[in-house]
Amino acid sequence: MKYLVEFRDGEIAQRLAAEIRRMTTRPWAIMEVCGGQTHAIIRNGIDQLLPPEIELIHGPGCPVCVTPLEVIDKALAIAARPDVIFCSFGDMLRVPGSHKDLFRVKSEGGDVRVVYSPLDAVTIARDNPHKQVVFFAIGFETTAPANAMAVIVAKRQGIRNFSMLVSHVLVPPAIEAIMNSPSNRVQAFLAAGHVCSVMGYWQYLPLAERYHTPIVVTGFEPLDVLEGIRRAVRQLETGEACVENAYPRAVTLEGNRPAQRMLAEVFEVTDRAWRGIGVIPNSGWRLRDAYRDFDAEARFDVAAIRAQESPICRSGDVLQGKLKPYECPAFGKECTPRTPLGATMVSSEGACAAYYHYGRFA
Amino acid sequence: MSLDFTQWSCPLPLRDYPNIVVGHGGGGKLTTELIQHLFAPAFDDPALHQRGDAAVLPLDGARLAISTDSFVVRPLFFPGGSIGELAVNGTINDLAMMGAQPRYLTAGFIVEEGLPLAQLGVIVERMAAAARAAGVRIVAGDTKVVDKGHGDGVFINTTGIGVIPDGVSIGPDRARPGDGVLINGSIGDHGMAIMSVREGLQFETTIASDTAPLHGLVAAMLEAAPGAVHVLRDPTRGGLAAALNEIAVASRVGIQIDERALPVSADVQAACELLGIDPIYVANEGKLVAFVAQEAVETVLACMRAHPLGRGAAVIGRVVEQPAGLVTARTAIGGARVIPMPLGEQLPRIC
Amino acid sequence: MCLGIPGRVQAIYEADGVRMGKVNFGGIVKDVCLEYVPEVAVGDYTIVHVGFAITRVDEASAQESLRLFREMGMLDEELRPEQHAGEVAPPACPVDPWGGAADDRP
Repeated sequence: MKYLVEFRDGEIAQRLAAEIRRMTTRPWAIMEVCGGQTHAIIRNGIDQLLPPEIELIHGPGCPVCVTPLEVIDKALAIAARPDVIFCSFGDMLRVPGSHKDLFRVKSEGGDVRVVYSPLDAVTIARDNPHKQVVFFAIGFETTAPANAMAVIVAKRQGIRNFSMLVSHVLVPPAIEAIMNSPSNRVQAFLAAGHVCSVMGYWQYLPLAERYHTPIVVTGFEPLDVLEGIRRAVRQLETGEACVENAYPRAVTLEGNRPAQRMLAEVFEVTDRAWRGIGVIPNSGWRLRDAYRDFDAEARFDVAAIRAQESPICRSGDVLQGKLKPYECPAFGKECTPRTPLGATMVSSEGACAAYYHYGRFA
Repeated sequence: MSLDFTQWSCPLPLRDYPNIVVGHGGGGKLTTELIQHLFAPAFDDPALHQRGDAAVLPLDGARLAISTDSFVVRPLFFPGGSIGELAVNGTINDLAMMGAQPRYLTAGFIVEEGLPLAQLGVIVERMAAAARAAGVRIVAGDTKVVDKGHGDGVFINTTGIGVIPDGVSIGPDRARPGDGVLINGSIGDHGMAIMSVREGLQFETTIASDTAPLHGLVAAMLEAAPGAVHVLRDPTRGGLAAALNEIAVASRVGIQIDERALPVSADVQAACELLGIDPIYVANEGKLVAFVAQEAVETVLACMRAHPLGRGAAVIGRVVEQPAGLVTARTAIGGARVIPMPLGEQLPRIC
Repeated sequence: MCLGIPGRVQAIYEADGVRMGKVNFGGIVKDVCLEYVPEVAVGDYTIVHVGFAITRVDEASAQESLRLFREMGMLDEELRPEQHAGEVAPPACPVDPWGGAADDRP
């Protein structure tokens, strides 16, 4: 596959890693914000090529992981209704709410369907006019334009039986929250490439300056990740702190303008709770009033549902880079991918799940 | 006799799932636990504890292999085959993985009310053709009909009986450190062919199911290197990863795979990228993984490549002593990772 | 987050007023929404996430990145074995072309 396999070259990866080893003179803590990058790091063993001075801290960039417990519980309540076809991205099905997951709701008779694209859910709504079709609209800035388009298409085509349970989250406020935390150890960030494809990276310029922290926009293939790390280390070693774009084939400074316009049309900024972390101000999007008719939360009267997170789970600390997954007392014991307690164990992209799957117990 | 489910407990309780979920049929950990903690203790027979693809039973001086398999697939027809070929080849392969020559099959049909007779006719024709091609007789059958909405068109169960030739001794617990790990061709074709026509995920592709009967290939391998083939497994549900993990546990050995050596067709690789699925977890229906004594690896590989169903054969790894029970891989960029047993079925990822 | 895969646009069409395309991912063809990449033409590569093209692949950039990767260790080994990378002038930090005019930003 063009523009994919070339960026997995083992020999060049070794060379990039050697370059990083050569440049590194001191310990550095670098956070890859995005769960997709965490997955790539563990899946390919990228961290094993790095010098011991470099610590990769896994960030909160897994949309499935950070979707708040309360929203999952709302999703489960809606999905259990006999008049509802509940559509979701595949990796959301195994994410537990307070008591069950979507698989269990399905086993109890709920009509839960995996879709590849939000537009598929709109099609299902059109084909099933006597059912309520609800799409679980989660994700970061990358996924939001697709979800916005689903609402636009449904509205334009007068598909009234379609609605969305929206739980969008935003990267820059999360980076700010991490940097403002008194116990923060992160010295540089790898910013998530595909979020930046949509949003550009101008938002990160003031952050890098304010916190004097290098931010490198980074892609997802092994060479991309290594190049992101290399550039972050170079800045750290020379005392610089600027925003660099190490994923120029897919990211521009200003991002995708048509998508940004659509996002502004459909969504508005709101405070959002992140599973395992807590509420981060202005860190999410919700539907604007003009599209409130498509808000599943209002349509199905689930606003009153409240949920408590597990007291022994420390996924919040993992998400903020304060704890390695295997340092959590519940890791691999009470908490496994089969019986996840927290955000980071639930998705195959979550840091705990990545560690568990790839056998990193120490 | 009444069953009291409240009294049932297991060491690793399915505490999250008091009901059966689809993952219990996915060939991963959930399936294994269901067998270990529910079926095996209840039926408690030494033949079950062998954990092979088929049971091996002595009868009047001969050794019989017996296996049963049920086929539920949606859609019923898919690129490269149908539920009919699967039902015949799947059970033949389970027998072949014990080194048996398959002889007889039975066929049970659970048909959903409303299934067009013409469709059932085509499926049965294809079963018959597959059995003829494999030289196996279908000698008994059964039909039941369930109400509309209680089945996906048709479910088929086949039970197979085969005879294990003298001197052949194959089982999941016989892998030894030093053994080479071989596969007869590219992985993931069947699972991705099904995925390409599944509602909600459809894509256009030329990927076709690899469904095929493997007993001919197995017979050739056993003849080429008598006694050197220690383990055979057909990596169906759960893919190569599940098969390797089962063998690592049963044989108490470690298995090291070289990811660069894994044969994956460009189309399957592309489909996997698109859905965020690792091909090593995707189902096959015409593949076998063989554990072969070190000194016979080249001989068996050459024999496989000379067979029509083994042209793409490759050595993909080797057996090591430690860490026992674990499958590890050397990644394309020279790192290492563990290949864990899958949990349930594979889900497309967005991230 | 956000699995995004590059594919080549092989046809563009409209369905129910939405700009769609057939995108080829190494032999796999999928219908993809092209509303957000109006500049993309047949033959271009685009990165697709959940059925939506989110950006055009800048092929020149991709080639340039690969060229730089390939040269990296080589330079050390062949051209300047004694030199330290730290001595090479680092690229300047990117500047904000909007000059801080925040109002225009989305």
